[in-house]
Amino acid sequence: MMLMKKKHIPGGIITDVGSTIIEKTGTWRTFKPVVDMNKCIGCGICERFCPDGCIEIKNKKCIIDYDYCKGCLICMNECPVKAIEKEIEKK
Amino acid sequence: MKKDELLAPGHRTCAGCGPAIAIRMLLRATGPNTVICNATGCIEVTTTQYPTTSWKIPWIHVLFENAASVASGIREALDMQGKSDVNVIALGGDGGMMDIGFRAISGLWERGHNVLVITYDNESYANTGVQRSGGTPWHASTSTTPSGSASKGKDQWKKDMPAIAAAHHIPYVATASIAQPFDLDKKVKKALSIKGPKYIHIHCPCTIGWRFDESKTIEIAKLALDTKMCALYEIENHKKTLTYKPKGTPVKEYLKAQARFRHLTDEDIEEYQKRIDEVWARDFE
Repeated sequence: MMLMKKKHIPGGIITDVGSTIIEKTGTWRTFKPVVDMNKCIGCGICERFCPDGCIEIKNKKCIIDYDYCKGCLICMNECPVKAIEKEIEKK
Repeated sequence: MKKDELLAPGHRTCAGCGPAIAIRMLLRATGPNTVICNATGCIEVTTTQYPTTSWKIPWIHVLFENAASVASGIREALDMQGKSDVNVIALGGDGGMMDIGFRAISGLWERGHNVLVITYDNESYANTGVQRSGGTPWHASTSTTPSGSASKGKDQWKKDMPAIAAAHHIPYVATASIAQPFDLDKKVKKALSIKGPKYIHIHCPCTIGWRFDESKTIEIAKLALDTKMCALYEIENHKKTLTYKPKGTPVKEYLKAQARFRHLTDEDIEEYQKRIDEVWARDFE
């Protein structure tokens, strides 16, 4: 937690924008969405509906950032070509 | 993680959070040239745990009561500095905007500040443990209106906030849903292009409060539209235009999908359907 050591301005002002990225919410996951790249058509529906903004469409394929994915599986449920499947998370 | 995403991941919203989806869609439409004035609520609590913040645009937390007052002040200050092109948004949940903070919002609309007021409506005070709010629908079981032998959940019908907004004669009022992202995008962009007070009411399911599986957030939002539990429309110059034609699915499917309506019997559901049809006929036919 490097951020904690920084000197803070009084009054609850936070100058480090987007700093919640230090919190890796991927550890919350019970199920892990796994993309079948052969089926994925890169439509971007999963990207729009992801609450955590951890899906990116690169070269017309869906890439999930597992550091932040909480495993809600909205992407799996909304995928029009059923390219996403769930796996139980192994830790 | 995408670089142009204005809400960084790592925020502590529940898995499958509807409001978080709404905020992402909202920020995609507003762009970075925006100041957000956020009333206390789920989104405020989960996105800014000191000393971190998920927001990449100027953002201020204010009390439940005065998001609209502070937004008015920011608007005036920006206008004084000649920054009239900056969008100012007063954002809050249904508790903050429809109940506690309503007085200040009514003032903002009446004074006519160039501010967009947005409610993300998850139909309860979700972050404090799902208490009833003015946005909670009829017969929903919450922690302050629990269902049981003497109660069927909340006794009152949902408050019609967009109609109250329209009654202030403001130039633009719209409702949106996270199930229709392009429609939401279009409405936010349209609202920001209009000068004066605007209101957008975004319907977003809450997995904890409504009690359904977290993967079904969008599915429930779509069902709400098709069963006429939530209507998508715009009000401009006192003219109401529907922007989504519901399929007319029986309301039973929507109620059965959520455990907050689990206590309703078949007769209750029949009565629910009757009341929904009456409200729809009154408002849209």
